Amino acid sequence: MIADALDGKRILITGTTGFLGTALLERLLRCVPGCEVVLLVRPGRRTTAVQRVAREVLRNDAFDRLRSELGTDGYAAMTTRRVQVVGGDVGTDGLGLDDEGRATLATCDVVIHSAATVAFDSPLDSAVEVNLLGPMRVAEAIRAAGSPAHLVAVSTCYVAGNRRGRAPELPVFDQPFTPDVSWRAEVAAARRTRADIEADSRTPSRLRGFAKDARRELGAAGTPLLASKAEKLRDAWVSDQLVEAGRARSRSLGWPDAYAYTKALGERALLETRDQVPVTIVRPSIIESALSEPSPGWIRGFRMAEPVIISYAQGLLKEFPGIPEGVVDVIPVDIVVAATIDAAARRPEPDAVPEVVQVASGSANPLRYRRLVEMVQQWFSEHPLYDARGQPIVVPAWSFPGRGRVANQLERASKLIDLGEKALSALPLRGTQARWSASLEERKVDVDRAATYVELYGAYAETEASFSVDRLLQRWATLDDADRTTFCFDPKVIDWERYVTTIHLPSVVAHARVKTTPGASNRQSRSVRLRAQVLAPERHLAAFDLENTLIASNVVESYSFLATRRLDRADRARYALKTLVEAPSLLALDRRDRGDFLRSFYRRYEGAPVDQLAEDAQELFSQLILTKSFPAGFRRVREHRALGHRTVLITGALDIVVERNLAPLFDDIVCARMSRTPDGRRWSGELTDAPPTGEARAMAMADYAGREGLDLAEAVAYADSASDLPMLEAVGFPVAVNPETRLSAIARKRGWLVETWDRSPGGPRALLPIGTSTRPTSFRRDVPGGIGLTT
Amino acid sequence: MSPPAPRRPGHEVVQGRAPRPGFVLEVDRSTPSTLFHHGEGFRLERLPVGSRIVYPSEAVPVLRHPEEAIRQALLQPVGQDPLPAQLFPGMKLTIAFDDVSLPLPKMRRPDIRQRVIEAVLDLAAEAGVDDVHLIAALALHRRMTEAELRHAVGDRVYDAFAPHGLLYNHDAEDPDNLTLVGHTELGEEVEINKRAAESDLLVYVNINLVSMDGGHKSTATGLSSYRSLRHHHNVKTMQHSRSFMDQHRSELHSSNWRMGKVLRDAGLKVFQIETTLNNDTFPKPFDFLQKREWEWSARDRMAFVAATSGLDRMSNRMKRNLFQSIEAPHDMTGVVAGEIEAVHAITTAKVFEQQLVPVSGQADVVTMGLPYISPYNVHSIMNPILVACLGLGYFFNMYRGKPLVREGGVVILSHPTPWEFHPVHHPSYIDFFEQVLADTTDPVEIEKRYEASFAEDEWYRHLYRTSYAYHGVHPFYMWYWCAHALQHVGAVIIVGGDPRAVRRLGFRPASTLPDALEMAEDTVGRDPSITHTHAPPLYMADVS
Repeated sequence: MIADALDGKRILITGTTGFLGTALLERLLRCVPGCEVVLLVRPGRRTTAVQRVAREVLRNDAFDRLRSELGTDGYAAMTTRRVQVVGGDVGTDGLGLDDEGRATLATCDVVIHSAATVAFDSPLDSAVEVNLLGPMRVAEAIRAAGSPAHLVAVSTCYVAGNRRGRAPELPVFDQPFTPDVSWRAEVAAARRTRADIEADSRTPSRLRGFAKDARRELGAAGTPLLASKAEKLRDAWVSDQLVEAGRARSRSLGWPDAYAYTKALGERALLETRDQVPVTIVRPSIIESALSEPSPGWIRGFRMAEPVIISYAQGLLKEFPGIPEGVVDVIPVDIVVAATIDAAARRPEPDAVPEVVQVASGSANPLRYRRLVEMVQQWFSEHPLYDARGQPIVVPAWSFPGRGRVANQLERASKLIDLGEKALSALPLRGTQARWSASLEERKVDVDRAATYVELYGAYAETEASFSVDRLLQRWATLDDADRTTFCFDPKVIDWERYVTTIHLPSVVAHARVKTTPGASNRQSRSVRLRAQVLAPERHLAAFDLENTLIASNVVESYSFLATRRLDRADRARYALKTLVEAPSLLALDRRDRGDFLRSFYRRYEGAPVDQLAEDAQELFSQLILTKSFPAGFRRVREHRALGHRTVLITGALDIVVERNLAPLFDDIVCARMSRTPDGRRWSGELTDAPPTGEARAMAMADYAGREGLDLAEAVAYADSASDLPMLEAVGFPVAVNPETRLSAIARKRGWLVETWDRSPGGPRALLPIGTSTRPTSFRRDVPGGIGLTT
Repeated sequence: MSPPAPRRPGHEVVQGRAPRPGFVLEVDRSTPSTLFHHGEGFRLERLPVGSRIVYPSEAVPVLRHPEEAIRQALLQPVGQDPLPAQLFPGMKLTIAFDDVSLPLPKMRRPDIRQRVIEAVLDLAAEAGVDDVHLIAALALHRRMTEAELRHAVGDRVYDAFAPHGLLYNHDAEDPDNLTLVGHTELGEEVEINKRAAESDLLVYVNINLVSMDGGHKSTATGLSSYRSLRHHHNVKTMQHSRSFMDQHRSELHSSNWRMGKVLRDAGLKVFQIETTLNNDTFPKPFDFLQKREWEWSARDRMAFVAATSGLDRMSNRMKRNLFQSIEAPHDMTGVVAGEIEAVHAITTAKVFEQQLVPVSGQADVVTMGLPYISPYNVHSIMNPILVACLGLGYFFNMYRGKPLVREGGVVILSHPTPWEFHPVHHPSYIDFFEQVLADTTDPVEIEKRYEASFAEDEWYRHLYRTSYAYHGVHPFYMWYWCAHALQHVGAVIIVGGDPRAVRRLGFRPASTLPDALEMAEDTVGRDPSITHTHAPPLYMADVS
């Protein structure tokens, strides 16, 4: 009896936060009541290992069955009694254990090592550290702790590589056609590759490239934000390069990807260095949702087949490569769990050669690729997903083309979209048009993702290896009926039709958060929900940008209005012409750096008479600000005030333009302030402080919140452009108003509320931002002193 | 009919063909299509045989020498000493005048106000008065712009007074410049402009376009504050004014008259000047609009075709600019000055002489073609709320006796009713439309739940005082103006309006007049009696 063999034993498990690990823990707790479990878990950035287990493992729905059997209190008591957590990391030597951890390890009878980076596209070096060196480190730690433990190492069938025909249950490097590779040399090479790529990423030309890309993505968002974005881009680039390096190296040696390659070398390293530690290797194939334990269809995380299936059901994956008569080797998680526990229960004889057990379906109960595709297609025809407009999505029929053709098609599509995107982003779009551009970007993400799937998983649909399961079946044959019921690991029990259509696909769809009912999109209700959050009474601060957020105007227009209000007709025409000529260079300067632009532009106010400007600014309020206002925006400010929120205007506009005019809307106005000439009668054209732009806005807001004792996490900010990102990112509830292309894309990605506010329909529209004087010509001549503004 | 005004020197009228009175036409098969105003445009509609069309009277004769008539009125006022006798050096003189909402459309220069004010100022100068203020009595309306003030009072007066801060708009939200004069016997607060209250003489210059204008309402409303106005600008008053165009059956006027007495008892001396206009509303080439369709000449027909096809090609904004530039040729038919009540009796008779049209019996359905202008969208946009107010507030109330439409009947309005608002002039209207009407259209509910929050709103107050916005409470008044009609009629249908905007008003949209008439049958039954009000030019139905 398996349960008897493990009775009173302490079993250490790595990787319990993963799919297989969670299922293992659940089954041990439920079906081996006499054992104790030690979990080796890596502490999170802000959480301890114990907290991680409580949050990420014990609350999982895998334990629902146990919870209902024992009651919530009984469940808690049982886990407290039987589950011990030690902090550690299989990616570091000695597993990062402290003395207490080592002491605990010394008392363990079995170690099940299931921690791995399972992503097929992990960077080479992290795959090497975890998958290649991990098993060896575990064995070393067992030996060092003086523990008698039996190590059950979870590997993968795909260590066999891209071979055709039978793959036996033997150590990889004992099999023919396996290249003789030194794992030590590979580890050294991987670490060197990381160092080389890191060095390359820091060369001036690369750094310039990252800075340029950051600017393209964020615009004039200010130095700190651009810098951190550039650094993120550099990190991402390094990671991409390492992924590419891993892929290339594995393919050169005949493995489909870095995962299989590092796992294979990991087995070799373990077997070479294990010394006296008793070892069993368990090799599952592609693990998918549970057949029946803990419940049919149970799955954790979004795994390999799921994204492919969902992309297919959404009509994104129009083609997928594969050999129709090939075998897709899928194995339900509960079968792998049972086989692993069985392996744990069979302690090898001292000095026995380590055994390899493969847990796969391909040779005993094959599922053909064509059959799978038919079942999936049939199922989604009967249970379609729905698009945003509530219309059912028709799934495409696959013609099983070669991988190369599909990859080419997708690459072409991606390039085309790229072109369109570049063209659109060069245009000054806002609001609805900007949303097209953002949706194009989304489309590109979809296409790129499809390409990634093809790249990554194509190999698995084309596998022609047949993983033998002789040892698994031998072990199965030795079990009594009770164990066969409790720990079923016979791949022949799977009824594929039933498994795919009634267990797996419903589970995948349920986990994928996709639209499965007809009817209109829920996007509307989403923005209604977000709006309700923004206008909740608990919020206490609402910060607003001015230009294009509350009014469709800018500092150039304000200036033009003030400068021309007292000009005669000929001078006005001349001014208009001059401004039109200057416009492109002004725009370019604005795009480069908003602060510099404002400073240089405001110089034009030098010498303007204070009194006259104050009088004209009031007229500007009606003729420019209100005329070009977004009534819905002003209404929103007032709604915030009515709720008792503080409202703050943060703008690069001049105090003379905004301060008096907008005072009743805002509790505070942070704006550009200009100094006067010594006699106090004229403006100097120089600002007293740095104008609030880019990160200065975020700082101004943070200062304000600090002064008033307000928490930015509860604050709302409204802005329209990517240059306002620092301000938007600083608050808990950012709102993108009429966002331009870049911000539109960012807001969509991050799920921010997007508001489209427009000018009052039917309102007056001036062709040129020229101050309209109401004086008749005869009177205008009487105005003494002209305008005093240098144009 | 009212007794004719007594003849006085200077009041000789221009003699010509005697104007034909207004009348009711019964539509038969030979009746040509009928003109409907339709915002910045027109429609020709064929009304069912048997329908009635009420036509206004033709323009009555105007004064041959208006300047002389004005001078005579000032020198020989009714019920008061001549103006020169009331003027003395060192006195405080305030001249208040009607704002941009009168007359409609704005009149050609010189405006009546300019003529009257210049005459008053001449007498004041002769008498050595040097403390003179001129105040646009706009109550809670938007401030007048410089151009509008210049149009009303003339450049000479403007340039002499405005630069010194002596010509300005009344500010009903300036606590420092309002005086609480007293309370009426019903406890209504009477608060008016401080300068006016403290003047030795207040001269009020009226343009009495319709019978509602003038009398005690001039000062008690035009120069008052929200605190004072709310006592008569409310749902209850409007539902008890049947109609507010008929002073003797108008609760609105009763309240204003009570306030007028409080002002008089407090010692405020008012020299009331009221002027009347003929209904010559449209200049060439639009003069066909005030002709009867069967009398249209070939030129009129061409003008109509040219106008409509030209308008079809224009944007709303262009059409609006074109129409708002119309200056009416209407001219003065009378001017009376002196004691408020005596003056107002004469003026009202004069207004009725031009506007009253006898109609016998009510109708199941009344159709109205609404023009591009109402008192509150001069140089602005006639937004949906103003459409409702013009139809159900003004046109519906242009009756004496009983409404033209029977109780439970249907009013059909024709207007494009675009979902458009002037962002500077009507900011509180936008919010009223988006927030209040989206919630309820019941005037009583609206008054109870929303009025205070709009009326006392700091932002609207700021816009009213420093920009050119109607007061925050003004859209409510527009809706209250409809209260009597909303209570009286069974349904309101708008032909050719933006369906979304029409539904927001609580009305039903129809794309054509026949559709609307068919929809009306749901409310009033088969084969209803139909009456079309052929206005403007404005007239007042004397329904028996």
